[in-house]
Amino acid sequence: MTGDRPPNLLIVLPAWNEEEALPGVLRELHEALPTADLLVVNDGSTDRTSAVARRAGAMVVDLPLNLGVGGAMRAGYKFAARNDYDIAVQVDADGQHAPADVARVVGALATEQADVVIGARFAGTGSYEVGGPRRWAMKLLSLSLSKVAGTRLTDTTSGFKASNRRAITLFAADYPAEYLGDTIESLVIASRAGLTIRQVGVEMRPRQGGTPSHNPAKAALFLGRAVLALVIALSRPAATAAGEKS
Amino acid sequence: MSGYYFAWACCLALVVFLVVLLRRRRLREKYALTWIVVALGVCVLGAFPGVIENIATAVGVVTPSNLLFAMALILLLAVCIQLSVEITGLEEETRTLAEELALLRFDVETLQGSNAPEGTSTAPDGATTTPDGPTGSSGGSRRGA
Repeated sequence: MTGDRPPNLLIVLPAWNEEEALPGVLRELHEALPTADLLVVNDGSTDRTSAVARRAGAMVVDLPLNLGVGGAMRAGYKFAARNDYDIAVQVDADGQHAPADVARVVGALATEQADVVIGARFAGTGSYEVGGPRRWAMKLLSLSLSKVAGTRLTDTTSGFKASNRRAITLFAADYPAEYLGDTIESLVIASRAGLTIRQVGVEMRPRQGGTPSHNPAKAALFLGRAVLALVIALSRPAATAAGEKS
Repeated sequence: MSGYYFAWACCLALVVFLVVLLRRRRLREKYALTWIVVALGVCVLGAFPGVIENIATAVGVVTPSNLLFAMALILLLAVCIQLSVEITGLEEETRTLAEELALLRFDVETLQGSNAPEGTSTAPDGATTTPDGPTGSSGGSRRGA
C-alpha cells in the first residue's frame, strides 16, 4: 500500500478457478459498496481468475499453490491486518452471496457490537434448502456451535463473514486450512478467544458460473468429517487472543 | 548357522548405508539417529541371539521371535506417526511461505505500479476506467500455474 489512506472496508474473495463468475461478482460488489476495497485471493487457479480479477479492477493476491478456502482466507486476513483495515468481509467468489447483504452484515458488527458476523442462509431471509445427511450435519453443527458461541447460529458453514479488527488479528494468525476448518473451526477459535459472534440472515442466490465445489455424493461423508472437525476443534486448547474466554 | 551370518551382514549393511546417507547429507541426523540405534540393536541381537531369549523370558513372552515382531511393529508405527507429524509441520510451513510469497508479490507489483487499482485509485472501478495495461504484461505471463 502506498501513501493513500486505506479505506476501512476490505472485501476478500477467495477464488479458485472462478473466471466465469468473478467479473460479475466484482462489478456488483463495487456498485453496492463503492468505497470498499476488493481483494481477490487467487487460490492457485489454473484458469484466468487472476487476470479476470485484475481487469475488473480488484486487487489480486496470487497464491502459488492451492491452499483451500482456509488458506486463501488466512492470506486475506494477513493482508487486511498488515494494511490496517478495520473490517474484512469474506464473500464467496461464485456469486452466491448478494452484494446488497454485505452492507447489512457489516452494519451488524456495529449494531450488535460483534467481532464476527455471519451471513446465515437459514435465518429467515431467502430460500436455501439442503437435504439428507448434509442437513442433519448442519443442524447438529448449528446446535453445538450455538452453545459454544453463546448465541443462536443457524448456518455455521457459511462462507459469508464480516470480521472487525480484533477478529482480523486473530484470524491472520490462526485460520485453519483444513476441510471445514475455515467455517466450523474458525468459529470455535473465535468464540474461545472471547470474540462475540452474531449472525444476520442473508439471501442465497444460485451460483453465477463454474461448478460447485461440493459434490452432492459426498454429503454423507460431510456429516462424519464435520463432527470430527468440531470435536477436535473443541478439544484444542483455546487460542491466545485479544480477550479472555467468555 | 549361516542364517545368522547372513542376517548379521544385513544389519551391518544397513548401518553402513545410513552412515553413507548421513555423510552425503541425504538424511538429516534427527531422522537417522533412530535408525542407527535400531540397526545397532539388531546387530547386537543378531550376534547374540541369546539376548532376545532372555528378554522374552523376562517380559513373559513364550516365543522370542514374537517379541521381535511385536517390537518391530511398534517401532514402525512410531516412525510412521513421526513422519506424519513432520509432514504436517512441513505443510504448515509451506502454507505460511505461500502466503508470504503471495503478499510479497502483491507488494512488489504495487511498488512497480503495475497493480491496477493501486496505480489509479484506492477504490476499484469498472473495466472502463482502469484499462488493463498491467494485466497483459505482468498479470498474465507471470503466473505459471
